[in-house]
Amino acid sequence: MATGSLLPGARAKAARAVMLALLATTLPGLANAQTPDATVVMARDFMFMPTSLTIKAGSTVTWTNEDEEPHTIVSDAGLFRSAAIDTNESFSFRFDKPGTYHYACSIHPRMVGTIIVQ
Amino acid sequence: MSESASVESRRRALRCLAFGGAGTLFALTGGVFTPIELAAAAAGADRSARLGKPLFVQISDTHIGFSKEANPDVAATLERSIELVNGLPEQPALIIHTGDITHLSKPAEFDLAQQLLKRLRTTELHTVPGEHDTTDATVSEYFNRFGQPSGNRGYYSFDHAGVHFVALVNVLQFKPGGLGTLGAEQLAWLGSDLRDRSDSTPIVVFAHMPMWSIYEPWGWGTADAPQLMALLRRFGSVTLLNGHIHQIVQKVEGNMTFHTARSTAYPQPPAGAAEGPGPLKVPAEQLSGMLGITSVAVRKHPRSLLLSDTSLA
Repeated sequence: MATGSLLPGARAKAARAVMLALLATTLPGLANAQTPDATVVMARDFMFMPTSLTIKAGSTVTWTNEDEEPHTIVSDAGLFRSAAIDTNESFSFRFDKPGTYHYACSIHPRMVGTIIVQ
Repeated sequence: MSESASVESRRRALRCLAFGGAGTLFALTGGVFTPIELAAAAAGADRSARLGKPLFVQISDTHIGFSKEANPDVAATLERSIELVNGLPEQPALIIHTGDITHLSKPAEFDLAQQLLKRLRTTELHTVPGEHDTTDATVSEYFNRFGQPSGNRGYYSFDHAGVHFVALVNVLQFKPGGLGTLGAEQLAWLGSDLRDRSDSTPIVVFAHMPMWSIYEPWGWGTADAPQLMALLRRFGSVTLLNGHIHQIVQKVEGNMTFHTARSTAYPQPPAGAAEGPGPLKVPAEQLSGMLGITSVAVRKHPRSLLLSDTSLA
């Protein structure tokens, strides 16, 4: 993961997500736990964080916009499409089927992300 | 700061917007449009008289619905921009809005924008959508209001005063990780639209995103612009107008003049000067100088030297 360009806050968040992911895989009791942080994607400084997120089928991902510009969440395959998400607003989508889902912001198409559903 | 002081400084800023070099004006000379400062034209009757009748005014990136620190009152700055146009010694024949009419594609934002734009003394309004106008789930709010001239395709053409105008859409078929796109269907339509026109027909092309690469990391360009240029190259005078980047950038290449208009809402940072192309916060007294409109005039005497001292703010 290229963390070099991330702000300290984003890096801490990313580290926390990685730790939670590690906990989830190493502790059997937590393997199926829904950890709120793990299903949240932040749009911050024109990047999706985490850029790639792995979740269990049936989980809901919530994207929250921390930028002053609105962003959108648009699936490459046309599976989901948010309206404009303004500052501090969110958009959620539930992923029922395993697979790899790529998405982008249609206002800033360089902003891309992936949801991997297991 | 007290509220009254804030209001007063806003008023001062708006006065500056009206009188302080808010935009540029184009004149058609020798078949090539050339921009000059609009404020200078409005201020000097002598100079504006020499410019001839304005053909059209370009308004862009009004972002109705935006209310953040960079400009908490974008309706007011649009109103002042409209007053600037209405105050021109001669009214333009038509108005072109190059997109991002609204900030979030909300019905109420479109309604307010339309209500304000109706205050223009010139009633003929042509639009193209920006990516901020097409974020509603069904991409229908823009087309319900402005889709008719194009049969809801978004792109269309028309003629006025011997000039052929082409409105293009480069915000709908975006490529993840990439630039704006016109698409094969639109390019094929343009090919047939231009086929029977003589090389000497002045062409004005307008779209929301730049039709040349200004800064690819921020998506400031159009991926299939080379195919567009191939269709336009034979014409003696081509003017390509856009908005999107909220600042003036210009390029002249052969017979093609590329010009990016200011926003009436808020400035954006120069290419690469921030994390991304978001609103640029500037001191209140600087804001007015960074907003504006673009106007285009047809010169009656194209050989005049007036255009040689053209400058961009």
